[in-house]
Amino acid sequence: MSMKRTVNPRARSAHDTLARGLGWFSIGLGLAEILAPRALCRALGMEGREALIQAYGAREVATGAAILMSHDPTPWIWGRVAGDALDLATLATGFEDDNPRAGTLALATAAVAGVTLADIVCVQGLTADKRLPPPGTYEYHHRSGFPGGLSAARGAARDFAVPRDFRIPGPLRPWRDGRPADA
Amino acid sequence: MKALVWHGTADIRCDTVPDPTIEDGRDAIIKVTACAICGSDLHLYDHFMPGMKSGDIMGHETMGEVVEVGRDNKALKVGDRIVVPFTIICGQCDQCKRGNFSVCERTNRNAKLAEAAFGHTTAGLFGYTHLTGGYAGGQAEYLRVPFADATHIKVPGGIPDERLLFLSDIFPTGWQAAVQCDIQPEDTVAIWGCGPVGQMAIRSAILLGAKRVIAIDRVPERLTMARAGGAETIDLDAESNVVAKLNDMTNGKGPEKCIDSVGMEAHATTSLDAIYDRAKQAVMLESDRPHVLRQMIMACRPAGVLSIPGVYGGLIDKVPFGAAMNKGLTFRMGQTHVNRWTDDLLRRIEEGQIDPSFVITHTVGLEQGPEMYRTFRDKQDGCIKVVIKP
Repeated sequence: MSMKRTVNPRARSAHDTLARGLGWFSIGLGLAEILAPRALCRALGMEGREALIQAYGAREVATGAAILMSHDPTPWIWGRVAGDALDLATLATGFEDDNPRAGTLALATAAVAGVTLADIVCVQGLTADKRLPPPGTYEYHHRSGFPGGLSAARGAARDFAVPRDFRIPGPLRPWRDGRPADA
Repeated sequence: MKALVWHGTADIRCDTVPDPTIEDGRDAIIKVTACAICGSDLHLYDHFMPGMKSGDIMGHETMGEVVEVGRDNKALKVGDRIVVPFTIICGQCDQCKRGNFSVCERTNRNAKLAEAAFGHTTAGLFGYTHLTGGYAGGQAEYLRVPFADATHIKVPGGIPDERLLFLSDIFPTGWQAAVQCDIQPEDTVAIWGCGPVGQMAIRSAILLGAKRVIAIDRVPERLTMARAGGAETIDLDAESNVVAKLNDMTNGKGPEKCIDSVGMEAHATTSLDAIYDRAKQAVMLESDRPHVLRQMIMACRPAGVLSIPGVYGGLIDKVPFGAAMNKGLTFRMGQTHVNRWTDDLLRRIEEGQIDPSFVITHTVGLEQGPEMYRTFRDKQDGCIKVVIKP
């Protein structure tokens, strides 16, 4: 009755491995943002945003830690996707005519867009891993567990005497003729 | 020997570890011929149960052949074929004498830990945290069975392992869940969760003569298997209000008996309370997710019985205890007193009343065990029950 299956463990854990990689990346980027906000802002031509960059760094570290500690990183990867959108929107505000670092900013924006793509691929993969098959994929409708058939099984163990300590109290039992049945 | 070893959250590996040896005169060593992954192993895999240490050997559903016996063990001999109950029992303490085997007073060698967590110690368990003794589990090539002169179920030859293995846990657990309901011929029994224990509870309720059995789940193949066993079903993906649906199905009265075969890891659905539980669990303000417990209290007919075989490990929140109290509900719960039921259940298997192997969907070797934990947890590949043949 049982089915022997061969499963490839590497194929099944690829998205989790990617998630862990993104978790470590998140922590690394976050630490850089927290510890060196001035250098980052200068490189991007976005001076004056140091506090904002540090706040984003804290978000990255928290998300990265959650990804690494959680048994199901899916919601936290979704959190990264939302964070990526915020990062891209923030970087977009730096493209002003007089930004002397526009080239570096464009590179950074392209890098964030690439990471966003990796996040989306990861979250879609994790979601697909957990997706349930459509009804009817697995044919278990013959698995009654009753060799003599379902009809014969109904009530077949009525001979079983429920131990006294497992019996429900008399007032809670079905009543017949003004008193508990079989009391 | 090879064994499935816990290393951390979602990290179980097939490692080479030292062979077990006799440590006490009552011990026995068995060569494992079949073992299984239990739904409650997933609580360890996901690390929701406290008290695991890296290096612990998993598994508490095991059977095999006795290959070595301690000098004081007069009940077993080399060559005996036994199923090992997941509860380790001394057979001599006050609780064992009463048949309350799962709360044996002597077999938990970390009784102090259990007393701190639960107020009193409970029985030692195989492969199930250091709160219950830190005993090596049976997902391995060999298993040391402590107190083996009491902790065993002798089984005859000629019956395949697959039909007998589940005497170790899920069959008596489903059976006790139904027995706790003291099922009457007029009863409707609602069963949350159609995993292995839920499937056994369905069959047990049918055998014990319930008028109707209604099974609740969201996994299509599990619902199909539930219907095969005689249950009507509620598909959680199609029905958002389970309590209203149960009322509709029972002329507004609700089921007389409710069984929670889910326990602490109730699936995080879109319901508000499930999201609330996940959030509290994430910040360690709640250890268990009691979504099913809340639903059962609201759904059960007043003066009805709630039977809880699903495992809970710690603290739960926002349980409508006012409803439970005012409806006069009876709660029955606990780990399974395995040996209390197994003589009777073995007879029913031998007589062909039931064949528990219906639930097996995957049979693999030990090396594939780690991946099967993931497959089972994520309900992939139609997985309902995994048997491992070392």
